[in-house]
Amino acid sequence: LSRDVIDEDTWEEIEDLLITADVGVAPTQELVARLRTRVKVEGVSSASVQDILREELVTLVDPSLDRSLAVDRKDGKPAVVLVVGVNGTGKTTTVGKLARVLVAEDKQVVLGAADTFRAAAAEQLATWGERVGVPAVRGPEGSDPASVAFEAVRTGIEQEADVVLVDTAGRLQNKAGLMDELGKVKRVIEKQATVTEVLLVLDATTGQNGLQQARVFREAVDVTGIVLTKLDGSAKGGIVVAVQRELGVPVKLVGLGEGADDLAPFDPAAFVDALMGVTAS
Amino acid sequence: MFTTLSDRLAATFKNLRGKGRLSEADIDATAREIRIALLEADVALPVVKKFVAAVKERARGEEVSGALNPAQQIVKIVNDELVTILGGETRRLRYAKTAPTVLMLAGLQGAGKTTLAAKLALWLKDQGSSPMLVAADLQRPNAVNQLQINGERVGVKVFAPEPGNGVGDPVAVARAGVAEARRTLHDVVIVDTAGRLGVDAEMMQQAADIRDAVSPDEILFVVDAMVGQDAVNTAQAFLDGVGYDGVVLTKLDGDARGGAALSIASITGKPVMFASNGEKPTDFDVFHPDRMAGRILDM
Ligand SMILES: Nc1nc2c(ncn2[C@@H]2O[C@H](COP(=O)(O)OP(=O)(O)OP(=O)(O)O)[C@@H](O)[C@H]2O)c(=O)[nH]1
Ligand SMILES: Nc1nc2c(ncn2[C@@H]2O[C@H](COP(=O)(O)OP(=O)(O)OP(=O)(O)O)[C@@H](O)[C@H]2O)c(=O)[nH]1
Ligand SMILES: [K+]
Ligand SMILES: [Mg+2]
Ligand SMILES: [Mg+2]
Repeated sequence: LSRDVIDEDTWEEIEDLLITADVGVAPTQELVARLRTRVKVEGVSSASVQDILREELVTLVDPSLDRSLAVDRKDGKPAVVLVVGVNGTGKTTTVGKLARVLVAEDKQVVLGAADTFRAAAAEQLATWGERVGVPAVRGPEGSDPASVAFEAVRTGIEQEADVVLVDTAGRLQNKAGLMDELGKVKRVIEKQATVTEVLLVLDATTGQNGLQQARVFREAVDVTGIVLTKLDGSAKGGIVVAVQRELGVPVKLVGLGEGADDLAPFDPAAFVDALMGVTAS
Repeated sequence: MFTTLSDRLAATFKNLRGKGRLSEADIDATAREIRIALLEADVALPVVKKFVAAVKERARGEEVSGALNPAQQIVKIVNDELVTILGGETRRLRYAKTAPTVLMLAGLQGAGKTTLAAKLALWLKDQGSSPMLVAADLQRPNAVNQLQINGERVGVKVFAPEPGNGVGDPVAVARAGVAEARRTLHDVVIVDTAGRLGVDAEMMQQAADIRDAVSPDEILFVVDAMVGQDAVNTAQAFLDGVGYDGVVLTKLDGDARGGAALSIASITGKPVMFASNGEKPTDFDVFHPDRMAGRILDM
C-alpha cells in the first residue's frame, strides 16, 4: 500500500542526506526506521515524507531544551564561563564574540587567558578584548593555566564584574594529562566562585569523533552547553544530533563567521532546515 | 558490539556453511559491514559507495572463494584497496630548479597551517635547507605573532613586514617574501595563509592571487584528521579555487579514524604527503599509507 508510494530510492536519498550531514550511521538508521514506521502507519505520500523527516529531526534536537546561558552573578560573585574543546575549533573567537554579546547586554565582562601554551594565544584573546572593549587577564607564556584562571576570576570578583569568560588551550580528548589539567583549572576556579557554564566548542566540520570529544570533555568538566562553530561553511554539523541524543547536552550557540557579531543562539528549526538543504529565504 | 571491521565480518561469516564460493547474500552482508565501518571512520559517502562496489567485485573472485577464512581474506582486500588509494602517488617534495623553492599552505580555519609551517621549516632545516617563513595571514587575530613565535622556536627567519589583524595586503607580503628570500639566499620559502572556507569566493580569490604572485612549487592543502563528510566538498572547493599538489593531514595524535584521508585521496587523486601529529614542532612525519589504512579500519 503506502509502503509502495515511497520507493527504495527515496529512502536511500534520505539516508544519504543524513549520512552526508555527519548525523552518523546509528542515528541515521534509527531515524529512517522510525520514518518507515510512520509512513506505514500514517500512509503518507513521498511529498510529505520530507515533512515527517523534518519533524523527527526537530524532535531529536529537542526545541524544549533549556538553551539559556548561566551568565548572571551568583552568590554575590560573577558568573564564570569556562570554554573548552579540541585544538582549533574556535574557542578564543567564541570567547571574543560572547564578550561582545554580553557587553551589548550591559554586562561587565572580564576575560581570562588560560591558554598559556599555544603561541600567541594570550595575545589573540587580548586583541579580542580590545576589539570588544573588555579587559583580559593574562599570565606569562608557559605558566600554570589554573593560576591564570584563578587570577581572572579574582579580578572579576574584585571589580564586581558580571561574567568572567575563561579561554583554555585546545586539547585532544585522548590526552589524559591535558584533560586532567583542564579538570584542575575548573577546580581551582571553584575555590572562589561557581563555574556557572562550561561550553564545549565543536567545529561543524567535525565528523564522528565529535561524539567522543563530547563524552570525554563532559566526563572531565561537566559540559553544560555546546557551541557549534563554522556553520557558515558547507558542513552541516550533524554530529550534534548524536551528541544531544547520547549526552543530552544542548547546543546553545552557533558560530557563523570570524567577525565579532557572528555568534547566534542555536535555533533548532533553522539548524534542521540547513541540514536538510532547505535554504533560508 | 563489534568495533573493528574484522570482528564485524567474522560475525557476518559465523553462519557460513563450509568453504567455497560466497553467496550473493554473503557478499551483500559483507558490503554492508564494510560500508558501516568506513562511514564510522568518516570516509565520505560517495567514496564509500565506489569503494564498496570495487571490493564487492573482488569478493566474488577466486581469492575469496578459495580462502580458508573469507573474513580475513576480505579484510586483506579492503586493506590493500585502501593502501592503493592512499599511497597511489606518494612522492617527495618538488624543489625549484632555481632557488627559492616556494611552498604555500592553504586550508580551512584552524586546520593547523601556522603550526605546520614551523614543523615543515624545522624538517627542511634538519635536511640542510635554509627555509624562511612568510606571514601572509593578516586576518586572524595575532596570526603574525603566532608565526613569529613558532619561527623563533625552530630557529627560522620569519618575514613579517605587516602587523596583520586586518592591516596589510597578504598578496604583497607573499610576493615580497619570495624576493626577500632570494636576496638573503634562503632556499625554501613557506607561505602561511589565512584560514578560509570553501564557500567563501572572495577569500578563495585571495588565495589564488597569492598563488599567482609567488608561483608556488608546491601548494599544500592542510586538513584536520577529525573532519567528517564535508571533506570532499572542501577538498574540491580548494582544488577548484586555488589548486594544490599535495595534502597534509593534521592532529593525527587524536583518536579520530581519519577517513578524510581516503576521501580526499580518492576524490582529488592528490597524494597525502605529510602527517602532523602533535603541537610540538617535531610532531611531524611523512605520510605512511599502510598506517593510515590500519587506522581507518581500526586494526
Ligand atoms: N568561518 C568561521 N571561522 C571561525 C569561526 N569561529 C572561529 N573561526 C576561525 O577558526 C580559527 C580558529 O579559531 P580560534 O578561536 O583560534 O580557535 P581555538 O579553538 O581557540 O584554537 P586553539 O586555541 O588553537 O585550540 C580562526 O581562524 C578563527 O577565525 C566561525 O564560526 N566561522
Ligand atoms: N594536537 C594537535 N594539535 C595541532 C596539530 N596541528 C596544529 N594543532 C593545533 O591546532 C590549533 C590550530 O592550529 P593553527 O596552526 O593555528 O591552525 P591554522 O590552520 O593556522 O589556523 P587559522 O590560521 O586560524 O586558520 C592550535 O591549537 C595548534 O596547536 C596537531 O598535529 N596535533
Ligand atoms: K553550513
Ligand atoms: Mg584558542
Ligand atoms: Mg594560521
